Amino acid sequence: MNRMMISFMLNGRRIETSVAPKTTLVELLREHLGMTGTKHACDSGACGSCTVSVGGRTVNSCSVLAVQIDGMEVGTVEGLAEGPDLHPLQEAFLDHGGLQCGFCTPGMLMSARDLLRRNPSPSAQEAREAIAGNICRCTGYVKIVESILAAAGKMREKK
Amino acid sequence: MEYSVLGKKVRRVDGAAKVTGQAKYTVDMALPGMLAGKLLRSPHPHARIVSIDASAAKALPGVAAVITAEDTLKLTFGNWRRYPHLLDEHPLAPDKVRFIGDEIAAVAAADEDTAEEALTLIEVEYEILPAVFDPVEAMQDGAPQIHTGPNVRNNVSETRHIEFGDVDAAFRACDRIREDDFSLHAVSHAAMEPHASLAQTDTDGRLTIWTSTQVPYYVQILLAHTLGMPEGKIRVIRPHVGGGWGGKIELFKDQYCAARLSQITGKPVKIVYTREEEFSCTRRRTPMKYHLKTGYMKDGTLVAKEARAVLDGGAYNAMGPTALYLTGFFQMFPYDIPNYRYDGFHVYTNKNPSSAMRGFGGPQAEFTCDSQLDMIAADLGMDPAELRLRNLMKPGHEIKGYCKVASCGIEECIRKAMKSTGWKKKRGNLQFGRGIGMGCYGFMSGGVFNWINTPYAFSAAMIRMSVDGFAEVYVGSAEIGQGSDTVMAQIAAETLGIPMDMIRVTSGDTAVCPPDLGAWGSRQTLMTGNAVKMAAEDVKKQVLEAASGMMEQNIVYSYDMRDGKVFVKERPDRTIPYQDAVKAAVRARGGLQIVGRGLYTPHGKGMVSPAFSFGAQVSEVDVDVETGKVSMVNVTTAHDCGQVINELGVEGQLEGAFVMGQGYVLSENLATDDGKVLNPSFVDYKVMRAPDVPLNFTSLMVETYEPEGPYGAKEAGEGLTNPNAGCIANAIYDAVGVRIYDMPITPEKILAALEEKKAAAGKKKPGKKPAARKPRKPARPAKKTRK
Repeated sequence: MNRMMISFMLNGRRIETSVAPKTTLVELLREHLGMTGTKHACDSGACGSCTVSVGGRTVNSCSVLAVQIDGMEVGTVEGLAEGPDLHPLQEAFLDHGGLQCGFCTPGMLMSARDLLRRNPSPSAQEAREAIAGNICRCTGYVKIVESILAAAGKMREKK
Repeated sequence: MEYSVLGKKVRRVDGAAKVTGQAKYTVDMALPGMLAGKLLRSPHPHARIVSIDASAAKALPGVAAVITAEDTLKLTFGNWRRYPHLLDEHPLAPDKVRFIGDEIAAVAAADEDTAEEALTLIEVEYEILPAVFDPVEAMQDGAPQIHTGPNVRNNVSETRHIEFGDVDAAFRACDRIREDDFSLHAVSHAAMEPHASLAQTDTDGRLTIWTSTQVPYYVQILLAHTLGMPEGKIRVIRPHVGGGWGGKIELFKDQYCAARLSQITGKPVKIVYTREEEFSCTRRRTPMKYHLKTGYMKDGTLVAKEARAVLDGGAYNAMGPTALYLTGFFQMFPYDIPNYRYDGFHVYTNKNPSSAMRGFGGPQAEFTCDSQLDMIAADLGMDPAELRLRNLMKPGHEIKGYCKVASCGIEECIRKAMKSTGWKKKRGNLQFGRGIGMGCYGFMSGGVFNWINTPYAFSAAMIRMSVDGFAEVYVGSAEIGQGSDTVMAQIAAETLGIPMDMIRVTSGDTAVCPPDLGAWGSRQTLMTGNAVKMAAEDVKKQVLEAASGMMEQNIVYSYDMRDGKVFVKERPDRTIPYQDAVKAAVRARGGLQIVGRGLYTPHGKGMVSPAFSFGAQVSEVDVDVETGKVSMVNVTTAHDCGQVINELGVEGQLEGAFVMGQGYVLSENLATDDGKVLNPSFVDYKVMRAPDVPLNFTSLMVETYEPEGPYGAKEAGEGLTNPNAGCIANAIYDAVGVRIYDMPITPEKILAALEEKKAAAGKKKPGKKPAARKPRKPARPAKKTRK
């Protein structure tokens, strides 16, 4: 199979690599680049574990081909913290118990960050809807929503 | 007493790794030269294997090995080592397949695509056998026999009987009797991380396996049995685990096949189940058919209960026989019923095996129990909460030969939940379409069961303290997301009187941690927690002995540690840094490091559990009478978990348990047709999503002191899966006056019951519109009501 060269920005760093046309973005991230923070749990775009941002929008990376991100900016959970400083969402998830097994957490954080970029003051209902595509089997979502609202508050204070 | 870290809201010790994406799960792991493994599964629910020809698969370029039963020792295995007659499963099917998905062969190849292609080249000739899918049909004479053997008759693999009091006499003497039939469906654990294993065999024949499991020690000893190896040559490492809920408490085929293929190929082999395999081929919650008969007095006193449960066990025993026992046992909880009889039947069917799942038989029992209690209350014209309050277990409750209940906060749980929700004002008085319901439960804090037949203590801990004061805690418990590592760190920190950041917990590596039965039956906090407390006390004793020598106080004085200091108890202002005492202790012993050891095994605690948690759940729902859809409005839960260790953890467990239970009642259904799972994806298998869960969720802590638990702690988070079905069913009845007896409670069933109710009302009074609210008679009357 002909491999194709792609070039894209991953968490602010340029990546150039060749991929097979059938490789999905989640496979590229996890298996080729060793970026296993993004999880792969259903392979059908139904659970949100593989949520990443592409060109400023969140996508299920199991349902995007790697060749589609050529020239785009991709963000994953590994790019949330700035050096040793955790993102306010990460801090809030820790302080408010927004995670248990942690498997959905990377995707959940990416959906939450997308929400707060679009809407810095979400209501609880808006936060629930923003993560409707992300399944969490542990927490019952209560503390995830709490964490998102707390992070939103902290981020507004900072500004 | 004021604790320094117990009972607080504490960050998870594994939290930072998990929010940054650094935490490695088994699915994230890779080794150089690693092969991809895949399993060949039966497409038939019941068939004899006539022949297997793997030659074409073996010849495919990139294929390193193909294994079938011929490459195994053909031994049966399972957690039932003490009861070999219950061991009915082989690593790979040698002669017969019993469900769609039964494992026949495994392939290791250069990559997943090649492995999958190789599976298609394995030729299996089957002789199709008649299959049976319904447990009641399977029990009839002439039904297909799924297993044969001296202990199996008409597909019944195990029966359980519980009896105390004089049940027949009590039924004769009571005022009224109510009998009802219920049925309960299958659901899937649906952990976000699938079953996954990576195995590596060294040149000296030692095996290391990284695997997503709740029970590293079981995997070690059952691999040793099935591979014919000494336990000591097998190391099981449990990386971060993406959820379990009972779905990972046994040895599974990914583990066996990765290990066996790595032995044969000499290369690391990784097997990860697909989401379809997770739904179709792994364990599930046991479907049950329940008959429940309860005798009671006109004043609401429950005097006798008889339960009969037929369990759809699926193709193999798995942990079904424990669910068989526990559903009968928890059927009476949390009530004081002096005369009780239970008969349970575990029946094979040609479906995927039923096994342990959060609540372990409890959710099925409590749905039937709570539903029927509300019907009894309606019959007596009583408030269902009052009926429950009248019949509760009390602290010190004993069921001779079965259990002793030391701490029991159920009454306070019910009263707190009633007060918090405005129960008395709301119940029966909300507008049509909105309703409020209650469910109650008690659950175990670890099982007394030793079916695995271990000679080791049920839990053990080892703590090493370094001269700079850091404590390394080694436990064989399994952190699977429930927060047990954090709880162990807190217990160690509290006991040692040092800050939590001076503690590191290493758990779930059989080469460095002492054996522990693992994470099932809500056992880690009580059992492993006790072992950690004992190990920390052992360390502290050694430090204080050295401190005593250094501080030269009056010999009548004693010492303790707190806030990182050793202090004289009678003169708390006299302190030294504990690190100084640690150094002195090490020097005094020729450089030997301080090591503390602890262990726990329940003794004299009956047949079930050393301690029981309790709780009450109140749900307020809206029922849309046009669509039948149920929405959760408010949920309040009051839970007695003894001493709270990590409040953030307890709340998270309660919320998660409720929502998993909400899915069980309202939307989740692992549907099968002729043994084939119809909805093996997150698109078609409907777990709760964020917008579905109640906006208002209130967790109320009822703290009791459990004498058997570390610092008085006991179970939190599994038991609350139990009352949700009955609680929500009761709220639906309060809302629209229909009673659903077969789970799940779908919109279709509610609409059908509403139609039935309307038709019945129309027949009685032709021409008259049904009343907006009343009548409140059950849509399906009880089969038999006496007197």
